[in-house]
Amino acid sequence: MSFKLVTLVVIVLGAVAIAQLVRLYEHSSKLRNRREEDIPNRDNKLNANMMLTFMILLFGGFIWLMSTYGFTGRGEAASEHGKTYDWLLDVNFLLIVIVFFITNFLLFFFSFKYVRKPGVKAYFYPHNNKLELIWTVVPAIVLAFIIILGLKTWNNITSDANKEAIRVELFSEQFKWTARYAGNDNKLGYFDYKLTTDKNQLALLTTATLDSAIRIMEVGSHDGTILGIKLLEEKLNNPKNIFIPKDRVKMEADLDRKTRLLRLLYQMKYRHNSNVDARAYDDVIEADTLHLMKNQDYEFNFRAKDVIHSAYFPHFRAQINAVPGLTTRFKFKPTISTSEMKQKMNNPDFNFVLMCNKICGGAHYKMKMIVVVDSPSSYKKWFKTKKTFKDEFLAVSAPAPAAEATADTLVVAVN
Amino acid sequence: MAALAHEAHGHHDAHSHDHHEEGFVSKYIFSQDHKMIGKQFLMTAVFMGVVAMLLSILFRIQLAWPGESSDFLSMFLGETWAPGGVLKENMYLGLVTIHGTIMVFFLLTGGLSGTFSNMLIPLQLGARDMASGFLNMLSYWMFFLSSVIMLSSLFIETGPAMAGWTIYPPLSALPQAIEGSGLGMTLWLFSMTIFIASSLIGSLNYIVTVLNLRTKGMTMTRMPLTIWAFFVTAVLGVLSFPVLLSAALLLMMDRLAGTSFYLSDIIVNGEMLENHGGSPLLYQHLFWFLGHPEVYIVLLPALGLSSEIISTNSRKPIFGYRAMIGSILAIGFLSFIVWGHHMFVTGMNPFLGSVFVFTTLLIAIPSAVKVFNYITTLWRGSLVLTPAMLFAIGLVSTFITGGVTGIILADSALDIAIHDTYFVVAHFHVVMGMSAVFGMFAGVYHWFPKMYGKMMNTRLGYVHFWITIIGAYGVFFPMHFVGLAGAPRRYYDYSVYNEFDKPAADMMMDLNVIITIFAIVAALGQLVFLFNFFYSIFRGPKAVQNPWRSNTLEWTTPVEHIHGNWPGALPVVHRWPYDYSKPGAEEDFISQIVPLAEGEEEH
Repeated sequence: MSFKLVTLVVIVLGAVAIAQLVRLYEHSSKLRNRREEDIPNRDNKLNANMMLTFMILLFGGFIWLMSTYGFTGRGEAASEHGKTYDWLLDVNFLLIVIVFFITNFLLFFFSFKYVRKPGVKAYFYPHNNKLELIWTVVPAIVLAFIIILGLKTWNNITSDANKEAIRVELFSEQFKWTARYAGNDNKLGYFDYKLTTDKNQLALLTTATLDSAIRIMEVGSHDGTILGIKLLEEKLNNPKNIFIPKDRVKMEADLDRKTRLLRLLYQMKYRHNSNVDARAYDDVIEADTLHLMKNQDYEFNFRAKDVIHSAYFPHFRAQINAVPGLTTRFKFKPTISTSEMKQKMNNPDFNFVLMCNKICGGAHYKMKMIVVVDSPSSYKKWFKTKKTFKDEFLAVSAPAPAAEATADTLVVAVN
Repeated sequence: MAALAHEAHGHHDAHSHDHHEEGFVSKYIFSQDHKMIGKQFLMTAVFMGVVAMLLSILFRIQLAWPGESSDFLSMFLGETWAPGGVLKENMYLGLVTIHGTIMVFFLLTGGLSGTFSNMLIPLQLGARDMASGFLNMLSYWMFFLSSVIMLSSLFIETGPAMAGWTIYPPLSALPQAIEGSGLGMTLWLFSMTIFIASSLIGSLNYIVTVLNLRTKGMTMTRMPLTIWAFFVTAVLGVLSFPVLLSAALLLMMDRLAGTSFYLSDIIVNGEMLENHGGSPLLYQHLFWFLGHPEVYIVLLPALGLSSEIISTNSRKPIFGYRAMIGSILAIGFLSFIVWGHHMFVTGMNPFLGSVFVFTTLLIAIPSAVKVFNYITTLWRGSLVLTPAMLFAIGLVSTFITGGVTGIILADSALDIAIHDTYFVVAHFHVVMGMSAVFGMFAGVYHWFPKMYGKMMNTRLGYVHFWITIIGAYGVFFPMHFVGLAGAPRRYYDYSVYNEFDKPAADMMMDLNVIITIFAIVAALGQLVFLFNFFYSIFRGPKAVQNPWRSNTLEWTTPVEHIHGNWPGALPVVHRWPYDYSKPGAEEDFISQIVPLAEGEEEH
């Protein structure tokens, strides 16, 4: 409260003070018979000097920022293409910094030098075709150079990965990343978003996951957090149940939606070829950190569950959006291990990171995953400790619960 | 022929209005006079600009001192959105979204083009009014309505739209994903729909007026560059805004009618949606098909205004008049085939990306031509440093600074690691937040005598300019370095960097504090402007007819506004508008209505 009062008082007093100053100024102008549009030479000169001073401040500020903060934030590029990237960035920067200095200098210097002087008339100079040709052609040549260099790098970065590249999928949702390694066959298993269940967060496609998705759609989940079609129908058809209209409409819509989704699941089931199960079963899913091998090519696929996310690896100079309904890709080869980077950055707590770089909701800024780059031997040791999707999924979904039992728990949960 | 017909029409007009005094409502509220409508646009835009600036200060406080309680925040946002004086995450995104929307559309599109196109097109062309006064009025009132709806979305329970000013679906389509995508987004879409209609009506009116209502002798190549800029801006608006409308309409259908234009295979908040086959990339294509021309819709009027101001106050013709027209046309054309550079890393085909690299970098050529022409105009001039002139020079400086960083972002390869970082934020704020806003300030200072018949205080103008340019460069220069360090935009709190790279976190926090302090200084500097503006409207010294000793037609009208602009016959134009300091002439300016002297050559 006191803060608001003080703010208000300061604002009011400030306005009054300026008003008084302006009135004073107007009276003195009137006394000296000066009009607003006549800019006195003194004011002109003062502003001209300010132009030059400002230019020096601007250039000084730029140089200070450059020497203090320039290029330091992300450290050395930790991927193979990243080195080319950094070189290209430096070349472009050099060019634009030169242009920035020259043109800003001319602008501010001319503003300073050619300020009105008594008795000096401006030079009538409407055009000069030769000059104009020069400053059309020279930028065109420089830009051609930039375009060629840029596109060469772009084509290299976006071209297909080689066969040896390890396939890894990064799955994004509000607000976390999950990694899926292709396993021994180096092929990522197929997926369909309709197969998403608690035990199959990445919606991988196998005969078992299909059955389990259908079962949950029909009778609901074990713990009763998801209502199946059967229970929904029972509840809606039971004359003893009385719902407020809003809830009833919502439940009916839910039932319709689930019925249609179930139909699609059955279609998928009849078309399903169990030969592809193996592709998914040997995949390894890891939600905590992304483990990579040094000097190994990687081909990443990106998926999004809910909204657009962007997979941003600042230290590897890599980024691509993860889009719902679309699989995107990016490839890179880490060339510096985490422990080496800690030394280079002179910071024992440093870690590579994968961040979300597309606005995705309130906790967008927290959505990240630590990336660990290891030597091949320690990577392989780590990988051996991981369970495949088959082990994980079949282990938890082995005891198929009776439908009745599920329904019971559901009633409890709902009530 | 057209000019003659208009002459007759004009007489009729002046005649019929001589007999009755206008009432308060038809003069100040539902006015059909282009000068009043221009002023209405300006007032609304100034108000919207102040709101959007205040929003930016609110989130800048959060960025500089994350998690610290602030009385300022709780004063404006209350317990709902800033419990205990700490900004809520969702409201941070809401503030960012509405700040961007208001600044881009309501201040820089409505405010800049709306104000000055309305004010200057008839006056500089020698027309009695716009082609359709009624449509012009409609355009303003739709703009007003859309402003009210946009502002009202700040006060609803679930908060304003929170998906960023580009409102990419699915985030903007799914209320389950963020609360702002509920009613807030609906209001946003309705507001923008009305805004687009307003902009379209306005633009069509500008185009028709420029093509048909030029006075006798005012050929296209004798038009001031301001008019050329407004004309091309209006063409861009007519061709691109309808595409945004279709984007918004499809989004509304996805939200309200269950269609799947932008949605596919989504599970949000545990709910499996049925939508299948839509593409979020479709929205981005449609949005940026407007979005990129929009940058030039914002920038071209500013460049047009500054051409006029720099030439007048250098007392020299603008250098390379025809090249300037050529660059405006080239920029206008190219702006339609570059939108993909916003989408290099969205999953768009990389080959398509290469094409957009090429077209985007081409735009640098006409831009460079413009900059060099401005600089050559200053060379050997006799500069009168009015506040308008200072802002126009500031515009050229920021246009350079913002332009060169564009070269980096236009390069798809380089865009990979700086896309959506603060480098981008810095880039477009230098171009739009500084250049275009400077152009607007320059225009207000220069044409204030024409708008209100009063003079603004020059010394306060100087104070305003120097605070603004120092403050704004102080905000956006360091921001480039935050971006180069890799900081993603739209993050609520950069201390998350502490978990993996503490030195980077420290650097970002240091720079964020510097940026916020400069932002507060620059914002306070605007109070000087607001004071000067409103004080001068009521108490400023009376203006003379042609205070800046300028050539263009608006300075041949009387200081007091009259309906129909010129009391007698319309002026006849005999020369281009840039005969400043012409050798052999007595004065250092020759108005466009002065016939060529014997033996005098047209430039």
